[in-house]
Amino acid sequence: MVGDEGRDEGVGVRSWIARWPVYRQLTGDDGLGRGAAARSPRTEALQARTETADREVKSICPFCAVGCAQRVFVKDEQVTQIEGDPDSPVSRGRLCPRGSSSLSLVTSPTREQKIRYRRPYGTEWGDLDLDTAMDMIADRVIETRANSWQHTDELGRHLHRTMGIASLGGATLDNEENYLMKKLYTALGAVQVENQARI
Amino acid sequence: MAEAHPVGFQWVMEAKARGATVIHVDPRYTRTSALADMHVPIRAGSDIAFLGGLINYVLTHDAHFEEYVKAYTNAPMILRDDFADTEDLDGLFSGYDHESGSYDVRSWQYQGAEVEASAGKRDETGASVEQVIDERLQTASGSEQAGSGGAPMRGTPDRDGTLQHPRCVFQVLKRHYSRYTPEMVAKVCGTPPEQFERVARELVTNSGRERTSAFAYAVGWTHHTVGVQYIRCASVLQALLGNIGRPGGGIMALRGHASIQGSTDIPTLYNILPGYIPMPHAHREQDLASFVAADSGEKGFWGNMDAYTVSLLRSWFGDAATADNDYCFDHLPRLTGDHGTFQTVMDQIDGIVKGYFVIGENPAVGTANSKQQRLGLANLDWLVVRDLNMIETATFWSDGPEITTGEMATERIGTEVFFLPAAAHTEKDGTFTNTQRLLQWHHKAVEPSGDARSDLWFYYHLGRRIRAKLAASTEARDRPVRDLVWDYPTVSSPTRPEIDEPSAAAVLREINGTGPDGAALSTYTQLRNDGSTRCGCWIYCGVYAGEVNQAARRKPGSEQSWVAPEWGWAWPLNRRILYNRASADPDGNAWSQRKAYIRWDAEAGKWVGPDVPDFEATKPPDYVPPEGAKAQDAIGGDEPFIMQADGRAWLYAPAGLVDGPLPAHYEPEESPVRNALYGWQSNPARQQYKRPENPYHPVDGHPGSDVFPYVFTTFRVTEHHTAGGMSRWTPHLSELQPEMFLEISPELAAERGLEHRGWATVVTARSAIEGRVLVTDRAKPLRLDGRVIHQIGIPWHWGPNGLTTGDAANELLGVSLDPNVHIMETKASTCDIRPGRRPRGPELVTYVADYRRRAGLEAGLEERS
Amino acid sequence: MTDNRLAGPLDDPTAEAGYPADHPERVGFFTDTSICIGCKACEVACKEWNLLEADGPLDLSGNSYDNTVGLGADTWRHVAFIEQRVPARDKPQVDLGMPGPGPPGGTSQGGDRDDRDATDVRWLMSSDVCKHCTHAACLDVCPTGALIRTEHGTVMVQDDICNGCGYCIPACPYGVIDQRPHDGGAFKCTMCQDRLGDGLAPACATACPTDSIQFGPLDELRERAAQRVEELHERGVPEARLYGHDPSDGVGGDGAFFLLLDEPEVYGFPPDPVVTTRDLPAMWRHAAGAALAAAGGIALAFLGGSR
Repeated sequence: MVGDEGRDEGVGVRSWIARWPVYRQLTGDDGLGRGAAARSPRTEALQARTETADREVKSICPFCAVGCAQRVFVKDEQVTQIEGDPDSPVSRGRLCPRGSSSLSLVTSPTREQKIRYRRPYGTEWGDLDLDTAMDMIADRVIETRANSWQHTDELGRHLHRTMGIASLGGATLDNEENYLMKKLYTALGAVQVENQARI
Repeated sequence: MAEAHPVGFQWVMEAKARGATVIHVDPRYTRTSALADMHVPIRAGSDIAFLGGLINYVLTHDAHFEEYVKAYTNAPMILRDDFADTEDLDGLFSGYDHESGSYDVRSWQYQGAEVEASAGKRDETGASVEQVIDERLQTASGSEQAGSGGAPMRGTPDRDGTLQHPRCVFQVLKRHYSRYTPEMVAKVCGTPPEQFERVARELVTNSGRERTSAFAYAVGWTHHTVGVQYIRCASVLQALLGNIGRPGGGIMALRGHASIQGSTDIPTLYNILPGYIPMPHAHREQDLASFVAADSGEKGFWGNMDAYTVSLLRSWFGDAATADNDYCFDHLPRLTGDHGTFQTVMDQIDGIVKGYFVIGENPAVGTANSKQQRLGLANLDWLVVRDLNMIETATFWSDGPEITTGEMATERIGTEVFFLPAAAHTEKDGTFTNTQRLLQWHHKAVEPSGDARSDLWFYYHLGRRIRAKLAASTEARDRPVRDLVWDYPTVSSPTRPEIDEPSAAAVLREINGTGPDGAALSTYTQLRNDGSTRCGCWIYCGVYAGEVNQAARRKPGSEQSWVAPEWGWAWPLNRRILYNRASADPDGNAWSQRKAYIRWDAEAGKWVGPDVPDFEATKPPDYVPPEGAKAQDAIGGDEPFIMQADGRAWLYAPAGLVDGPLPAHYEPEESPVRNALYGWQSNPARQQYKRPENPYHPVDGHPGSDVFPYVFTTFRVTEHHTAGGMSRWTPHLSELQPEMFLEISPELAAERGLEHRGWATVVTARSAIEGRVLVTDRAKPLRLDGRVIHQIGIPWHWGPNGLTTGDAANELLGVSLDPNVHIMETKASTCDIRPGRRPRGPELVTYVADYRRRAGLEAGLEERS
Repeated sequence: MTDNRLAGPLDDPTAEAGYPADHPERVGFFTDTSICIGCKACEVACKEWNLLEADGPLDLSGNSYDNTVGLGADTWRHVAFIEQRVPARDKPQVDLGMPGPGPPGGTSQGGDRDDRDATDVRWLMSSDVCKHCTHAACLDVCPTGALIRTEHGTVMVQDDICNGCGYCIPACPYGVIDQRPHDGGAFKCTMCQDRLGDGLAPACATACPTDSIQFGPLDELRERAAQRVEELHERGVPEARLYGHDPSDGVGGDGAFFLLLDEPEVYGFPPDPVVTTRDLPAMWRHAAGAALAAAGGIALAFLGGSR
C-alpha cells in the first residue's frame, strides 16, 4: 500500500521520500510510526462531506411531530447527508434514530421510481406513464362522481355531494398539500376525506 | 415520551436536571420509565379512575389554586336542577336514551344560560328511527364543531362566587369524584395506594402560585372509547391546579406524525373545514346565515365565524363567491352523519364507496381491524396509493393475508390499483405544523427522481385535468369545480424541467389570506364578513404577514429569548403558550415572580412579556363588557379563555361533548373486569359496529369472557415509525428492532408456557397473529381486588412487506369508537396467548372461528352494557 | 527519538505520536449513561455518516432491546440494555403470590441481595464505543501503520493501509475492533476523523437527544464528569461512578469514558482493562536494530521498483 504513493506523478524524489512513512518514522518525532509518520494521503485528505457539499438546505424531520430541524447537504444534485440543525430552539441539533435515518429514507433503493398499475382482476403489476396515469385517475374521479352524485336527500335537503369517492391521508403531508386536497375534494363534493388524526 | 419523541424528551431530562420530578404513569415500563423518578403501573384503560382519583385528592385536601379556580374556571356556575350525575344514575348522566344509546344533553347546561348544544335542535326533528340515528350521529360530529373553541352560549349563567351552592360546578365536581379514593384507584387501576398518594402529593406540592406542573401524553390517550374524556379529565385537574396558560404548565399532546397537527388545522377530515369551522350538515343549516348562527358564539373569538367562513369561501371560489349567492355556501357538500374513516371502510365493503385515494397512509396494516380495511380495499372500483415504498395497502390484492387463507383470490378482486411514487420531504417545499402548533418551512433540496412527485403536484395537476375535462359542463354539480380558484404559479427546475411544480409558497400565501388590496393579511382580526378579504385558514392568518414566509424564519435559538418567537411561526398569531393571560392574576399582575410570563403594563397600556399575549393587546384587566357586546368585545379583561363562550376554563362541559359533561370511569369495550365504580360497564354512548367482520368479546361475567382472559395494549418503539412505511424499509432502523415481538411478564410466561425468544400466538375474535416472545421483568402483572391481571404489550409497526416483516397488531383489534371524535380503542382490549406460531393458510380461519365459537360469538353479538 | 511509553500515565499521547507541539487538543467522548434513553440515535447517525451497512441478522436477540448485540466492523456505536431487578425504592413490598420469575430472570444489583425483595426493575442503557485509549495496543501491534494516533489524540484505522492481518483484534482489551467478513479489513470508530478536521463534532454526539454522549476536549470532559458524579451522589445516586477516566489505569485512561450506574461488568466492560502491549517496549529495544536494517532494505526495494 505504501507503493501507491509512487504513482503521484510530478513529485520530486526528495519530497516523495519525505512523505514515505518509514522515512518519516525514522527522521521525525514519531519513532514508533504510530501517528504523524504513519498517516496515509487519504487520511491527510479527509474532509467532512458536509464541508464539500454544493449546498446546505434547511429542512424539518418528516417523522414525528416534535419538528426537529434538519440540515440537508447536497452534492451533484444528490442528498449526501442529513443531520440536526443546532440553530433550532426545538431540537437544538439533535435527532433520534428515525430522524438520523432520514438520509437512508430519502436515498433508499427500495423507493419506487415508476408508476405501477394493476388492472381489475389482474395478477401482476404493469407499467403506465405518468401522464396516462394522471389522465386515467381524472377520468375515474369524474365518472365515479357522476354515477354517485347526490343532489338532495329524500327530504329534499341540499346535499350536493358524492359518497362514491373517499380519501385517507395527510398527517405526513405538508399543510399546503392538505389545503389543496381539502379544497379540491370539497369542490368535487367528496366528504369522506380523512387522515391519521382519526386513527 | 422517550420512546416515541426522544428529542422532545431532552427537555424533560433538562427539567429533571434542574430539579423537576418526572412521573411516568403507563401500563408498560418503557424507556421513559427508566429515566423517570417514578414509574407508576396502571391497568390499560383505567386512566380516568386514576386522574379522577387525583381530582378527588385535590378537592378533599383543598389543594386547588383557589383564586385561579374562582376567577378563571367555571367552578361558580350553577347547573340546571334537572341535571343528574353518574352518582345518581349508577353510571349514566341525565338525558340518556336507551333506544339510541345517546344522550340528550340539554339538562347538562348552566342555569340561566343556553349553551348552544350541538344537539340543540334535536326536538325539532321528526320522530323516525332513521332520523333519530341520523341526529345521534349528527350529535357526535357536532361535538367537534367546537373543536378549537368550546360550544357557543347565549345569556349569562347563574353563579355562586363562594362555590357553596350545591349545584355549582365545584360542588358537583366534588360529589362526582368523591368515590375516586386511593383505595378505589388501587381496585380499578392496580396502582398501590401509597404510590398513588405519592403522585398526588408531588403534583399538588408542585402546583399553585409559585410552581406549575405539566402533563404530557402520547396520543394513546385518545385511543379509547372514552378518549376525549381522558383529555378532559387531565384538563379538569390542570385547571383546578392553575396549571393552564402558565409557563411550565399545560397538557401537551405528543402527536406522532410530522404534520398531524397541520392536517387537523387544515383538515383532511370530513367534519371540519380549515380553522375548525364545521362542515355544514344537510338538515341543520340551510344557508350561510343560519349555519353561522347555529355555530358561532355570542362571546369570544368564535363570534366572528361569519368573517372566517366568508373569507374561506372567497379563497376557494374567488369572484364567483358573492353576497348574492351566499358566497357559494351551497357549493359545500353537506354531511348527514358520521363519515369518518371507519364508516367509509364499511361503506366500501357495502359497495357504496367506489374510489379511494390513500396518501401516505397504510391502512392495510395501520388501522384497527386490518382485515376490515382489506375487505374494503378489495371491493373498490379503483384505488390510488401514493407512497415512498410498496406498502401493504398497495399490494393487498397479490399477497394480503386473505389471499394466503383463501378468503380472497387475486383474480376475483376487481380493484384497479394505481401506485404513484411520492416525493420525500427533501424533494419539496412546504410547512409541517408540529405538535406545539409551530409551522416550520422545509426547503426543497433536490428534485424527486423518476415518476416521484409531491402531493402538491399530484393534487394541483389532478385538479387541473379534472377542471379542463369539465370546463364545458353545464351540470350544476360541476359548477363548484369550475368556480374553483386553481391558478397557482408553477416552477420548473433546470434539472427536471418536465416537473411543473406548483409554488407551495403561493399556496401558503393563499392560506394566510389577502385584503381588499390583494396584500397579505397579518392577523385574523382583519378578516371581514363582507367578501372583501380572503383567507384559506383563519387561524393561520399571519403566517405570511408582511409578504414574508414567517414559517421559514430560522433565527438561531441561541440568539433570542427562551420563548424563541423568531423561529418558525405558531398559530394563532405566533403565540407559543395558549391562554397565557392566565399567567397573570385577574388584576394583570404575575401570580408570582417565579412564574411570571404575560402581565399588564399599566403605563404602556398593554400586555407585555416574552410571548405574544393570547389576549387583545390593549384590553385592560378591568375591562367590563358593555351591555350587548359581541364576540371578543364581550370577553372581560379578567377572562383569559378567549375562545370559550364564557371566557373560562371548563371544569364541567355544559355542551360540546356527547358522552357526559364530566369524565367518568368506564371500562374499555373489552375488559377482563367489571366496572368497580358504576353499574354501567362501558361508555354508554360509545359507537359500536356490530358486523360479521367486527365481533366484540363478551365482557367480564358473561359466558365466554374467559376465552380472552388477558389485556393487551399496542405501543410504539423508538426504532420504528407508525405502521412501518417509513422504517421497515430502512436497513439501519430494521436491524435495531428486527422482528415483531410480544412483551410479557415472567409470570404470564410461566402460566402459558411461553419461552423467551420463542414464538407465541395472540388471538382475538378478529384474528390471530404471531410474534417472538420477549419475557421481561419490566412487564409486571397487576393485582386488582384480589385478581391478577396480565397485560401483553404489542408493538404495531409490523406488516408483511419491507426489510423486517411480521404480523400486524391491528389484525387483532375490533372497531369501537369514542363517540365525540370517532377514534377507535386500540390501547386496551382482551386476548388469549398461546405458545407457538399461528396456523397457516385456511387453518388460520378455522382456528379463529373456533375461538369465536368457544366465546359464544357465533350465536350473536354482545349486547350493549 | 523520544522515549516511547506503552503504559502508565501519559499527558500528551498526541505529541508522543510525533505531532508538533501546537497540535490540536486531545478530544474524546464522555458518555453519561445516567441520562441515556437508549434511543440508538448514535448507532444510526454513526452508520449514516460513515456509510456503514446494516449488519444485523434481523433476528430478535432477546437481549432486552439490544439487537445489535455488540460493536463490530459495521457497528461503531452500540447501545447496551440491562434489565435488573432491584429492591423497591418508594413502596412497601407487595407479594403478588404468583409463580416465581421465569426467564430472563433478574440480576440483582450488587450481588447477594435476595431476589424476592427485588420487586422493582431498573433498566440501564449505555452507548458503547471505541475507547481511544491513551495506550492503544491496537496501534502498537499494527504492522502496517494502518492504525494511527491522530492529531486529535484519537485512534483510527486507515482503511487504505490496513491489510487485514487482524493483529489488532486480540490486542484490544475491550474487544472493540472487528474485521469485515468480505474483505477482512479491520474497522472501528474513527471519532469521525473527517468531521473533527473540519471542526465538527462526531455524528453520534451531534445526534444524541439527551446529551448522554458528550464530545469535547478530554480535560474538560473529565472535569465535567467529576462534577456530574458528585452531583449524582448528592442527589442520592451513590452508585454513580466513572469508568475509563483515570490516566493511571491500565490503558492510561480512555479517550472515551463513561459514567456508569453499576459495575462495569454489568455493561459488558472489562473491570480492569490493561493495555495488552504493556511489556512491548522491552521487546522493542531488542528488536530495534533489526527493524531499522529491514526498513532500510524495504525502502531501497521500493525506490527501485517504482522506476
